[in-house]
Amino acid sequence: MQALACMSTNFHMFYAAFTSMSQIPPAIETKRLCKVFGSKTAVSDLSLTVECGEVFGFLGPNGAGKTTSVKMLLGLISPTSGDGKLFGYPLSDTDVRKQVGFLPEHFRFHDWLTGREFLALHAELYKMPRQAIQKRIDELLELVNLTPHQDKRLKTYSKGMLQRVGLAQALLNKPKLVILDEPTSGLDPVGRRMVRDIIRDLRSQGTTVFLNSHLLSEVEITCDRVAFIKFGEVIRISALQSLVEGELSVQFRARNLNSETISGLSHWSQNVRADGEHLSLTLDGEADLPEINRYLVERGVDVYAMEPQKVSLEDLFIEIVGTDGGL
Amino acid sequence: MGSWVIARLTFHEASRRWVMWAALLLGLIFLIVFAVGFSEIHKQIERNPVAAGPSRLMVNEIFNMMFMAGLYVVNFLTIIMTVLTSVDTLAGEINTGTIHTMVSKPIRRWEIVMGKWLGFVGMLSLYLLFMGGGVIIIIYLISGYIAPNIPAGLAMMWVNMTLLLGISLMGGAWLSTLANGVLVFGLYGIAFIGGWIEQFGSFLGIESAMNIGIVCSLIMPSEAIWKRAAYEMQSPVVSALGGFSFFSGSTVPSPLMVGYSLFYAFSVMAMAIYLFQRRDL
Repeated sequence: MQALACMSTNFHMFYAAFTSMSQIPPAIETKRLCKVFGSKTAVSDLSLTVECGEVFGFLGPNGAGKTTSVKMLLGLISPTSGDGKLFGYPLSDTDVRKQVGFLPEHFRFHDWLTGREFLALHAELYKMPRQAIQKRIDELLELVNLTPHQDKRLKTYSKGMLQRVGLAQALLNKPKLVILDEPTSGLDPVGRRMVRDIIRDLRSQGTTVFLNSHLLSEVEITCDRVAFIKFGEVIRISALQSLVEGELSVQFRARNLNSETISGLSHWSQNVRADGEHLSLTLDGEADLPEINRYLVERGVDVYAMEPQKVSLEDLFIEIVGTDGGL
Repeated sequence: MGSWVIARLTFHEASRRWVMWAALLLGLIFLIVFAVGFSEIHKQIERNPVAAGPSRLMVNEIFNMMFMAGLYVVNFLTIIMTVLTSVDTLAGEINTGTIHTMVSKPIRRWEIVMGKWLGFVGMLSLYLLFMGGGVIIIIYLISGYIAPNIPAGLAMMWVNMTLLLGISLMGGAWLSTLANGVLVFGLYGIAFIGGWIEQFGSFLGIESAMNIGIVCSLIMPSEAIWKRAAYEMQSPVVSALGGFSFFSGSTVPSPLMVGYSLFYAFSVMAMAIYLFQRRDL
């Protein structure tokens, strides 16, 4: 599984290198995008590049400016300053949106339409050729398991069904970029798996996915790279693989620890916490583990347990964004 | 073209909502009541057959009066329908976020505003034609009377409807549904009261009152346009005497005012597009 994931990352790195070599513009490129509403700065300095074919996670606490950023990418909100491009075209360009699919966070649609009518309407808004529309709708209804409900009105749909029909709407025109704002928020576990599978399929077809989510486990499973945003600013962009695989959290259960020994651990880790006989620290990799163990034993510490754990994205999120970010 | 898709959606939406059907049903009831009432009056008048000449003119005057009363109600109902159906269209969709999936499609924002305008104009024109046509046909079938200049009169009522629609779309691109409703009915109220002040002013020869009326017509020309419609269709007797009629008025809005109304309707639509284009959604 890990090998597969590695191969996939390599493929994407190769793909990214290939695209930059052949001068294909990135799917998304923003430079110092800023949006101010009155006295409130929603996004202060958004600079990021998403290469074609990437699955990109956009993470941050509530109120960090994620949705405002997404809306700027789609031309729903005009930036106060800064510059952005989709596939090399300015964000204000309407025609580039033929290649973009979008599922908004609060999916409210014309609920007097049936599922099928709703998709047909959006296909027309995409200016899809008439003869292709019905076939594409059939495919998508099948994909999101809504074929039996296609002739029911949206007002009778459950939250999950609305989310699924919204997702189908985002995929109508076989877009090169799909922007999903919290796509799994209303879904049960089956629905979530479906979304994950769809994202995986999109990736294998070379579609770029921009995933705005606070469900970190989803991001962990699906994304190639993630950006952390706080107070409307990107504070870190990393490949997910290196983020999660690099860092290690180690829990010790040990006695006879003294403060001098504990402070000596800062040689290996900047993040050391001791609480009674529980000691935890984070490391860049497992290479230092035997040496730390030797250090503790040599100082007369009785080590009962040493458990290295991979850092979850959630830990990283809290470490990078902090716990004060949730507004 | 994107506007066409939105126009069809707007039309489709109206047909799926009870409000349009309720309006048509109530409109039908109005027409039935009108037909029964008019037929009773007609019966009473025709009981004493009148020859051609002055008394025939008098009878026609009564028919014209009834015709005007009918169209006055149709004008009012059309205005109410225009506001009630369109006041929420942009404001509501912005508020709920329904607009997000549409604006993020390869469609220009002006196409959305124009599409909505087209859809509402189509729907409300049918309503106006159904109601106004109903009044005209009822009077013709019962009495054989046809008022003068009907196409011009109906055209004025149509302009009136587009005026209100433009303001409602402009407000919707900028305000909440409720505030938009207050704006549109507020303006209509100003026009209405201004029209009556002007009417009495001109009847009693009070110049300041007439001026107030003119200013109100400039702020919102809907009442002036109705007066012009009424003037076009009023009985030639009234016109010849230059007299006071309940539905038209002794001061007739000039063709310049008609031009101003068209310019007004065009301007509010341009403003609606401008405001919607700039709006953060």
